[in-house]
Amino acid sequence: MLQIRIHGRGGQGVVTAAELLSMAAFLDGKFALAFPSFGSERTGAPVAAFCRISERELRAREPILNPDVIIVQDSTLLHQVDVFGGLQPDGAMLINSTRTAQELGIEELCSKLPEHHWCIFPATDMANTHLHRPLPNVALVAGFAALTQEVSLGSIEEAIQQKFPGSVGELNIQVAREAYDYVKGHVLA
Amino acid sequence: MKQQIEGSQAVAKTVALCHPEVAACYPISPQTHIVETLSRLVKAGEVGSCQFLNVESEFGALSVLIGASAAGARTYTATTSQGLLFMAEAVYNAAGLGLPIVMTIANRAVGAPINIWNDHSDSMAMRDAGWMQLFAEDNQGAVDLHVQAFRLAEELSCPVMVCMDGYILTHAVEAVDLLTQENVDAFLPPYDPVQLLDPSDPVSIGSMVGPDAFMEVRYLAHHKHLQALEAIPRIQKEFHQQFGRASGGLLESYKTEGAETIVVALGSVNGTIKDAVDDLRAEGLAVGAVKIVSYRPFPKYQLRQALGHAKRVIVVEKDLSVGKGGILSSEVKMAMRHLPVMVETVIAGLGGRAIPKASIVRVVHEALSEEGLEEPHFLDLNWDVINAELVRQQAKRRSGPTAENILREVGTLGVKAG
Repeated sequence: MLQIRIHGRGGQGVVTAAELLSMAAFLDGKFALAFPSFGSERTGAPVAAFCRISERELRAREPILNPDVIIVQDSTLLHQVDVFGGLQPDGAMLINSTRTAQELGIEELCSKLPEHHWCIFPATDMANTHLHRPLPNVALVAGFAALTQEVSLGSIEEAIQQKFPGSVGELNIQVAREAYDYVKGHVLA
Repeated sequence: MKQQIEGSQAVAKTVALCHPEVAACYPISPQTHIVETLSRLVKAGEVGSCQFLNVESEFGALSVLIGASAAGARTYTATTSQGLLFMAEAVYNAAGLGLPIVMTIANRAVGAPINIWNDHSDSMAMRDAGWMQLFAEDNQGAVDLHVQAFRLAEELSCPVMVCMDGYILTHAVEAVDLLTQENVDAFLPPYDPVQLLDPSDPVSIGSMVGPDAFMEVRYLAHHKHLQALEAIPRIQKEFHQQFGRASGGLLESYKTEGAETIVVALGSVNGTIKDAVDDLRAEGLAVGAVKIVSYRPFPKYQLRQALGHAKRVIVVEKDLSVGKGGILSSEVKMAMRHLPVMVETVIAGLGGRAIPKASIVRVVHEALSEEGLEEPHFLDLNWDVINAELVRQQAKRRSGPTAENILREVGTLGVKAG
């Protein structure tokens, strides 16, 4: 079973990201459960969403305390909220930022993870390019696929089309492809 | 067809297929996605001749449905927490009149303190009103129970609450096999009222009943629930034959053969409990679980059958009878009358406090230990915080509002100015 925790701020599509991940896993023939954590809802407040992916039926409803993968949609959360809490020693992470690990002050954390288990990339920039909206969620979901190979890009694209029909879906698919290729290339480098 | 879908959406789509003729709803978290989706489906013309009313309150919602149901319409609404309590008088009224209204309860704690997260205090507060209460473990269960609920309600002319954990199920996205219109039409016949306000054949509904007859009317309401103890498994069997899923029924046992210790609960925590049981069995402990689906009517006899061979039953419940302790555990204890079964009370998950599998495993170990559990046992309670507040209260009369003091203690609120 793989446990993913996504951090971001209200309005950045964190809950949708978890949902898309779960839909893609489902389309790949796996069991998946996506659920948000709730707090004082308002745009800009820190939010977290969870996703479990498994080959077997998922029954547990507890929050994810020891994630295998952490996705951070907003790097301003890095030193405000304990986004990395409980991350497995051989875990993976994806962070949306234009800055380096050193500039973000997480170089030590990154060095502790196995090689090719983390990637920092400009997901918001990719979203802005294609969508003209700063919504990094789809890029990060595609980046997750590239980094972990736990869901297929094809299923992510299908999940996007189901969730966002028409041109919005098409544009998001372009974001997904760019992010996937970027992270794939980074990991192979 | 199986779909990866949010619980609320799945329920709304299923209710739409049941073709309620009148739906009167007032939004309240965490039920909003259900009623918003249903209203969209009605507007899109996908719910037959359904009239969807935006009412001014939950009390208004159920009052409208009482009238509509008495006039022969299939009726539906959804609420939770404060909303359920706001319509409390109407809840008793609907059951007392024997109107087959179906209502989703997206279980949520009741304030004060204000809390939007899941526990069972809301439906527990209405457990004696006469509505049947069916609890879903997952979103497949939630969907299937709604279809069965309309069938059950109308067969017996008694309202039914379908309880699903707020956020945990309503906002969870998981695979659900959604029924088709054909499926539902084959299972759910058109509503045929036992009583009907019809000018061409007039009756009055809602008489005052005095001491000479009140007890008999109330007994007959109770008798209906006893009939439901037979109807619920029958409807489950029919559903299973048609759709291949054994959803519904009175209760479900998990690894209880040869179990010395059995954990009992309502709702979604049963999923976590099953995982805990697997871990405990792997340790060599004879542990099993029983999920109660039908809380009202209360399956006394069936529980006795399922639990009677165990030495110990641990009831994990998301509610608290303030001043007493467990609610479900008392009822389970009553069902075990004269049997040598120890029944323990574990109060857990109040106000949305997470119930980790590790805590279930730990509490079973504690129950089996030399010291055992206190009665009731509060799972994962922060005693440091409790004791600090008790000290504060002892120190001076004007100790301040408890909730705010606790929040300050746990760091949610800032330091008090001045």
